[in-house]
Amino acid sequence: MSMDRRKFLKLAGISSILGIGATAVAKPQNPLFTGLTKGVDTNKEALTAEHWAMVVDMTKFKTEEEIQKVVTACHKNHNVPDFGNIKDEIKWIWKEPYGRAFPSQENPYMSEHVKEMPFLVLCNHCEKPACVRVCPTQATFKRKQDGIVMMDMHRCIGCRFCMAACPYGARSFNYRDPRQAPNLKAELPNREYPTRTKGVVEKCTFCTERLAVGKMPACVEAAPKGGLIFGDLADKNSEVRKIVEARYTIRRKPEVGTGPSVYYLIGGNEHA
Amino acid sequence: MKLYDGGKIFIGLIIFVAFAAFPFYFNVGKVNAKPEPKTDTPAIQEWEKQNGKKQCVESKEFMRTEHMQLLNNWRDSVVRDGNRGYMSDAHTKRFNMSLQNECMRCHSNKKKFCDECHNYMAVKPYCFDCHIAPKEEEKS
Repeated sequence: MSMDRRKFLKLAGISSILGIGATAVAKPQNPLFTGLTKGVDTNKEALTAEHWAMVVDMTKFKTEEEIQKVVTACHKNHNVPDFGNIKDEIKWIWKEPYGRAFPSQENPYMSEHVKEMPFLVLCNHCEKPACVRVCPTQATFKRKQDGIVMMDMHRCIGCRFCMAACPYGARSFNYRDPRQAPNLKAELPNREYPTRTKGVVEKCTFCTERLAVGKMPACVEAAPKGGLIFGDLADKNSEVRKIVEARYTIRRKPEVGTGPSVYYLIGGNEHA
Repeated sequence: MKLYDGGKIFIGLIIFVAFAAFPFYFNVGKVNAKPEPKTDTPAIQEWEKQNGKKQCVESKEFMRTEHMQLLNNWRDSVVRDGNRGYMSDAHTKRFNMSLQNECMRCHSNKKKFCDECHNYMAVKPYCFDCHIAPKEEEKS
C-alpha cells in the first residue's frame, strides 16, 4: 500500500483528534462519587473574605516579649519544629530587625524604638506571589476565593524553587524529620494540626484551618490589642482597609512587584 | 547417552530445589491471619448506642473499597477548594473533612483499624507521617 504525504498527514490528524476525544469519554467515574460535589457544605461560622490582609502595628508592641509571644503562639499552634540551629530553622512568623525587613529604607536617625525593636515578619500572601509562579507541581497556590497563598503539602516535592523565588525568605524547608525536633519529640503542642514531613517546604497559611471554624489567626489572638489587625482588604468597611486608607503604611520590598498583603505601621504616634 | 558426574548434578539440583522452595515449606501450615479491623472504640460504641447501628460516613461496602479515593477527594476539597464540610447519603449530619480530627475521632484505634488491613495487604500509606495518629495505650 502506498500513501502520499498529504494523505498520511490527514489520517494522522484525524486519528489524533479522535484520540483526544476518546480520553474524555473514557474518564472513569465511580457513580458513588457524584454524591461528593453535592455533599460539600461550607461551615456557616467560617470567616470569609475576598482578600485577606494584615496590618502590623509595631507601635503596639512595647517589649520584645510581646513579639516573642506571638511567634510562640503560632509555632505551637502549627507544631513548628525547632532544632535549635539556624540551618534547620523553620519559621512561619519571626523577628527581623528593621534594616533586614525593610532594606534600603534605613537611616541613622530613626527612633530608638524602630532601631532596636525587632519587626514581626511573615508570609506576605502576595497579590502576585513569585513562589506560586515557580512551583512546578502547583503545591503552592493562591486561593481564588480569598487570596491566601496556600501550601498543599501532599503535592510538594521539595524542589525549593519557591524558597529561591520568595523575596521575603518566608519559606522554610524541612531538612530533617520535624517530629524528631526536641520541642516536638516528646509531646506535640497541637494534636489537631498535622506536622510536616521531611522534604517539604512550609510557611504561614494565615491560619486557614482557624478561619474555617470562625477563629482569627493564632498570631492575631496572641498579639497585644491592635498589634495585629486582620481583615478583608476588599471590604471598604473593614478595619484593615480603613487603616491602610487613612494612615501611611509600608510594605516589604514593594519594588519587586509582588504586592504584599501585610502592611506595616511603624510611626511613633497616631499622626506619623 | 551417558551422564557424566550424575551424582554431583543430582545432589546439586536437590540442594538448589530445597533452597529455592524454602519460603514454601517454611510457611506450610502457617496460614496468614485474616485481618480483622476492629470498630469497637468508645466513640463508635457511643454512636451505636444512640443510633442503634454502626454507620460510618458512607456505607460499609463503600468505605471498604473506596476510602482511599474518598480521602483523596476530601483532601482536595479541603486543601485546594477550602470546603471542609461533607454531607453523605448515609447521614443527615455534616462531617468535618479531616482525617486527623474526624475519622480518627471515632476510629481511635489506628493499630487495629488501619494497620490491620494495610499490613496484611503490604500497603504503606504515608498519611501518618504528617497527620497525627490518636494516642493508643500500648497493649502487649
